[in-house]
Amino acid sequence: MIASRRLALANFWVGIGAFGIASVMALMQALSRADLDLPWRTPGMYYMSVTAHGVLMALVFTTFIIMGFGYVVTERTLERALVGRQVAWVGFWVALAGTAAAAVAILTGNASILYTFYPPLMAHPAFYIGATLLVVGSWLWCGVILRTWLAWKKDNPGARIPLPLVGMLAAIFVWLLATPGVAAEMLFQLIPWSLGLKETVDPVLARTLFWWFGHPLVYFWLIPAYVVWYTVTPRVAGGKLFSDPLARLVFVLFIVLSTPVGFHHQLLDPGIPAGWKFFHTMNTELILFPSFVTAFTVVASFEVAGRMKGATGWFDWLEKLPWGNPQFSSVALAMLIFAIGGFGGAINAAFGMNAMVHNTAWIQGHFHLTVGTATALTFMGLCYWLIPILTKRELELGLLARVQPYIWFMGMLLFSVSNHLTGLQGMPRRVYEFDYGGSPIAQEWAAGTGISALGGVFLFVSAACFMAVMLGTGLAGKKGYEEDIEFAEPLEPAGDKARILDKMWLWVTIGVVLVMAAYAVPIIQHIMMDTFGSTGFRLF
Amino acid sequence: MNVDLYERFWMWSSGGIIAVFIASIIYTSAAQSLQPPSHVETIDPQTARTSPGFAQPSVTLNADGSATVHIMAQMFAFLPTEIRVPRGQPITFRMTSPDVIHGFQIVKTNGNAMVVPGYVTQFTTRFDTPGEYLIVCNEYCGLGHHIMFSTLIVEDDVEMAGDVGAGAGQ
Ligand code: HEM
Ligand SMILES: [Cu+2]
Ligand SMILES: [Cu+2]
Repeated sequence: MIASRRLALANFWVGIGAFGIASVMALMQALSRADLDLPWRTPGMYYMSVTAHGVLMALVFTTFIIMGFGYVVTERTLERALVGRQVAWVGFWVALAGTAAAAVAILTGNASILYTFYPPLMAHPAFYIGATLLVVGSWLWCGVILRTWLAWKKDNPGARIPLPLVGMLAAIFVWLLATPGVAAEMLFQLIPWSLGLKETVDPVLARTLFWWFGHPLVYFWLIPAYVVWYTVTPRVAGGKLFSDPLARLVFVLFIVLSTPVGFHHQLLDPGIPAGWKFFHTMNTELILFPSFVTAFTVVASFEVAGRMKGATGWFDWLEKLPWGNPQFSSVALAMLIFAIGGFGGAINAAFGMNAMVHNTAWIQGHFHLTVGTATALTFMGLCYWLIPILTKRELELGLLARVQPYIWFMGMLLFSVSNHLTGLQGMPRRVYEFDYGGSPIAQEWAAGTGISALGGVFLFVSAACFMAVMLGTGLAGKKGYEEDIEFAEPLEPAGDKARILDKMWLWVTIGVVLVMAAYAVPIIQHIMMDTFGSTGFRLF
Repeated sequence: MNVDLYERFWMWSSGGIIAVFIASIIYTSAAQSLQPPSHVETIDPQTARTSPGFAQPSVTLNADGSATVHIMAQMFAFLPTEIRVPRGQPITFRMTSPDVIHGFQIVKTNGNAMVVPGYVTQFTTRFDTPGEYLIVCNEYCGLGHHIMFSTLIVEDDVEMAGDVGAGAGQ
């Protein structure tokens, strides 16, 4: 058992709570998109709800679960208590206070500017300040884990960093490379501007700073999920990790390549020269590599598990896997969905094809596969594993837990495939309704949005099952559950192989150099250019 | 690193697939000059409504048969609300916004670009199929985001009152 059990649990519960609230909003949105005549349905309500759902899911649920998991991994793999647990608690409360401030601003209708908060749409300052505090809290989390790791390193010269921690450190370094972008946007632009201390902001500069953060954000979501795939699930499946050094390589590549890619979200923006967009797009292609390698290594680990259980044929190892165990099925289904998402991602990133799908319903179809499933469903599986251990209570409502990943999987297929198709038919994202003056072109989308609403209902049912299991376990689970936290063993330990992959500061330095190469010149060029700022608008 | 045969095979094929992606992007952007709209030009959003071209946003037919379309994207409409352009000719769109960010998307074509206050978005395209196209705003711009649209009509002969051949250039 780990020393900071309560700290880790506190983080998990906030994440789980955010997920529950955001799922209720999701149901309203999904039904709303199907154009049903519901009494509460107004544009103001819809855009408020999408803002709350996006912020709570993408920023709050993910960040808190990752923080909780990070503490567990650090203490368990290093076999020592956190250095500075008080600081970690301060970080927790700062992040929670920030979340509360932002949530109040959103729910009172003062911040319906969506989780991308592009100016010149202007929210109440509490929204920006709250979001900034969430990031500040997460920085304290980074600091505590880094300090603990460095203390361990001093005491254990020459020891290999345990693989799960390599992944967590990668997530931390990606986060530290990414968040200066959004911090600069908040501190120099949005907060003073919303407080009236600054009259105008430059929207292209704001978007550039946002996406400096916004794309690596997706790897911040993904890397901890990969930690589960590599170091937890093979063991759950009854096997071993196929290749330890390859997993290390993947995590290190994320540190290096995650950040210098943001312009691929701004391919259709004015005011940014095509050459820079091209450079970022090339980097984006390179970062597909670690995910391809992951697909191979993790599936190979499952095959190892099946063979250890006696499978001999080409595919019969699949049958030997524990599909009835939600710790396994949630991750396996998340991976399957992620493979589909990967194809879509390659299209999004293609210079020319991007224009077909940019800001259409395709995009929401895409990211519900990636963060909305690859990460979220993996985190649900993580909770099925860790919440009983951390609360020392047995998992309640096991039957619901067993079916929940499959309901999510079916719901997500319906939701996502239909959104991809309506996106190709040109339906824009983030719209309350799609009448467009009775345009016959817009009417073609109705079939797709109907199916996506049905998928949304499935997803909501699945989310409700998950919440029931979590609350049931936390509040009423049978006490006395004692199990240790164990990670998967590699087929072949890293030993002395590829020691260079443990040289974290080397990889971080390369990461910093690449971020500089990708952003210093375009941002300086942009600031030197004569631009006209924008005053704030509030029409929501 | 002692990666066994399978690992090596997989790593090389992953690398290969990515190389193909990269090559195809380089090829399409260089050989077919397929590039995202990346025009760099600034404009004061406070006075955009009275600036040249945007004071009365409309379609200008140029002497060589091409056309230039000025569009003002604003909360919550595109001006002009109906656009008529000739088929098969280069059509240059010039757009800006006096308020927040909007998206300009000609449904079922790859005509898609962000319209950002303070900047002029410009790109040139061609329509080979005559008919009526729907233009929608695809970036959230406030409460009326979903009612922001206009119509593009592609015709064989476009008759413009007045400014035929005025050649606004650009
Ligand atoms: C409970 C199941 C879920 C359902 C039914 C659902 C449904 C939706 C719907 C209908 C939208 C609005 C799309 C639009 O109008 O453009 C949306 C937006 C969004 N969802 Fe979900 N979602 C679910 C779970 C998730 C999860 C697990 C995540 C991430 C962890 C997530 C992240 C987002 C984000 C970031 C947005 C974007 C909001 C924006 O465009 O600003 N969703 N979702
Ligand atoms: Cu608009
Ligand atoms: Cu809009």
